[in-house]
Amino acid sequence: MRVRALEQGGVTEIKVLMRHDMETGLRKDVGGKTVPAHFIQQISVRHKDREVLSAQFGASVAKDPFVGFKFKGGVKGDKVTVTWVDNLGEKRTDEAIIG
Amino acid sequence: MNQQRRDALRITTVLGLAVAAGLMSPREALATETWNSAAFDTKNLNDTVKALGGSTVAVSKDIIINAPDIAENGAVVPVSVSTALPGVQQIAILVEKNPNALAANFSIPAGTEAYVSTRVKMAQTSNVYALAKVDGKWLVASREIKVTLGGCGG
Repeated sequence: MRVRALEQGGVTEIKVLMRHDMETGLRKDVGGKTVPAHFIQQISVRHKDREVLSAQFGASVAKDPFVGFKFKGGVKGDKVTVTWVDNLGEKRTDEAIIG
Repeated sequence: MNQQRRDALRITTVLGLAVAAGLMSPREALATETWNSAAFDTKNLNDTVKALGGSTVAVSKDIIINAPDIAENGAVVPVSVSTALPGVQQIAILVEKNPNALAANFSIPAGTEAYVSTRVKMAQTSNVYALAKVDGKWLVASREIKVTLGGCGG
């Protein structure tokens, strides 16, 4: 997962790119077999100890999901942590330093 | 090593593993509510609003959808939603003609701006709705996006 955090004028812009197939469970493979659903369901972004964004995804978020948003209160050098969990219980956490 | 010490070690290890397994539960790690499967199963705007805990929804010009008019590739359609309204608690993005309408629902805590940007899949040309919970009321804006090549096929 790629996390970018840039502070300007007291507002921190976060851009997250997650690597995930986001299979809907409706698609068929070349052999005509249904590809089982496999998609990120929840994400959480924390600035130090505070959650600054959480989201729930359905299967129609595009493959390799992108999320961009902005929050106030971040300072250059602070840590931002992003965690996602998918429908099979797999999870991943990555962090970035606000620049 | 005597037998008693071995037993003690074994018990400690088992307890440790159990705690670790408990701590690593994804739901707990995220510290959010469970995934709202009812909302993600809905087929239209009104049912989605109800599944998210609302009753009525009003059209609002203050909610801005930024997206292309024509998406050549329905597999990756950039959509961002913003509003200058204060008191925004949630922003959801729906694609009317997808098999399930709701694509994503963002919770906006105080201090986070009423702006989210993401990318969705679109099966065909459809209205895209931006739904916002503002001071407990649900508001919606819509915009048609034409799709040249659907994003949900095989």
